[in-house]
Amino acid sequence: MSQEENITQSLVSQFGFLEGNIRITRPRRIFLETSLENFPKVFAHAVKELKFNHLCTITGFDELDKLAFMYHLAQESGVLLNLKTSVSKDNPTINTVMPLFPGAEIYERELVDLFGAKVNGLPLGNRYPLTDDWPKDQYPLRKDWKPSQLDEKEGHTHA
Amino acid sequence: MHNSDRFKIPLGPQHPALKEPEGFSIALMGEKIMGLDIRLGYNHRGIEKACEERNYLQALYLVERVCGICSHAHATCFIQAVEEIAGVQLPRRAQYIRTLIAELERIHSHLLWLGVAGHEIGFDTLLMYTWRDREIVMDLLALVTGNRVNYGMNTIGGVRRDISPEDIAEILKGVDILEERTKYYIEVATQETSIIQRLSGVGVLTKEEVLRLDAVGPTGRASGVSRDVRRDDPYAAYGEIKFNVITDDHCDVYGRTVVRVKELMESYSIIRQCLKNLPEGPLTVKVPRKIPAGEAISRYEAPRGEDVHYVKSNGGEKPERVKIRAPTLANIQAVKQMLKDRYLADMPIVVAAIDPCFSCTDRVISIAEPKKDNRVISWETLRNYGIDWYTAHGIDFTELNNKFRKKLERV
Repeated sequence: MSQEENITQSLVSQFGFLEGNIRITRPRRIFLETSLENFPKVFAHAVKELKFNHLCTITGFDELDKLAFMYHLAQESGVLLNLKTSVSKDNPTINTVMPLFPGAEIYERELVDLFGAKVNGLPLGNRYPLTDDWPKDQYPLRKDWKPSQLDEKEGHTHA
Repeated sequence: MHNSDRFKIPLGPQHPALKEPEGFSIALMGEKIMGLDIRLGYNHRGIEKACEERNYLQALYLVERVCGICSHAHATCFIQAVEEIAGVQLPRRAQYIRTLIAELERIHSHLLWLGVAGHEIGFDTLLMYTWRDREIVMDLLALVTGNRVNYGMNTIGGVRRDISPEDIAEILKGVDILEERTKYYIEVATQETSIIQRLSGVGVLTKEEVLRLDAVGPTGRASGVSRDVRRDDPYAAYGEIKFNVITDDHCDVYGRTVVRVKELMESYSIIRQCLKNLPEGPLTVKVPRKIPAGEAISRYEAPRGEDVHYVKSNGGEKPERVKIRAPTLANIQAVKQMLKDRYLADMPIVVAAIDPCFSCTDRVISIAEPKKDNRVISWETLRNYGIDWYTAHGIDFTELNNKFRKKLERV
């Protein structure tokens, strides 16, 4: 059995609900989706037991009425586990992963600025990457956001 | 001590000592750094959003411009993800050419870094030497790709230019010279007392801290963390090539210097292997006109460390989502740790030691003569213009030049 299949099997035996939600897309690439409720335990298991101890980054998604987040975790073996979870846009609150990855701070700030996510447990600090005077409730990586919105807010007119 | 003894000074985002905009707020007690606050984002150009408004090929040219130095790194990292979604198997010759350009780029980046490091510690001779030698690799890149930066070598399913036998001969010649020069730099870096004393114990980042903060590239490897995407998660031709992952246990700026100069030697070896085993065959493979729905994540060992690109396709003309994480973002967080309890004077070299990305400027190719129409002038005319200018200002090298000429003739 390949190392990817081993990892998949270990995850499914630990968390039955993952059955059918894990895809191996090619050698060293595993994608899996889980509900926000189950996410913390799957994430912690992957990091602590399966030794996915490097967080490459976090990718945010705007999926109509939901915001989704994919955590790209790497193992020393080169295998990447891409863990995705989603939350309703009405209250897009997730918990920080900083207790396990202090370096995640800047990736989570990006989710706050660009997607309008709320991250519980993120310490006070400088925002990233938008400017301090960026208009409230404008999240540039949301699908409905257009650069023209910013111009309107700032009172720019196009000739 | 009471808090009021601390003095807060802002450095940046616009500051003569910084090569790109980033803001530091430094809490000092005397000259000692007690706390550091970093503000980034001044260079945020909305490239991820812009990619969603372009087709895949246009996005490729855009991501190549994420960074002036690592342009091939970003372009390759992105296109690998797109090719994976399209289910395309790259021709082997294209994989080898991508690898070749990647290593030439690493050489140009590392030599540039060594010069900047020299400059930041007031050792400008090293800057002059390394940047002079760097021109060799810049010329090779220009010869092979037509450009010094932003090479435009990649396309979906392969590379756009071939390597001719004449190019191969030139590259091998250039690499021989660079290797000789690098041996000298290894000597300088490991034996020159002023370098060793200035860099040792500065900007310390322990192995545990690297693992905790997820630092990448030479910054991590200089703290004994053997991580290199080329070996761990091979792409392009790296799976077929032998090389060593250089690590060092000094955990400071000195270690980061040693790692980079030694990595240069590995790059020469990789280039020679690429050219020796360069497979025959086509440069591109046919790619379906539409990229099917799917997602892929691609990693690439850029000169500064792990570069990450995630691409999602919905089956349409344009990507649904493009996510880019450049290595500097992973490393900048370690800078806080490195500067704790250090002196303000260490700041420039410690920040420079993670090799934050800043853009290369283009070179001048046409020179407007004063009061005349724009025209391209030859090297000889330019040289004579310089000699005349200095002579008119009372500086005459004729005698000295004649002396040197005679000396050279005797040899």
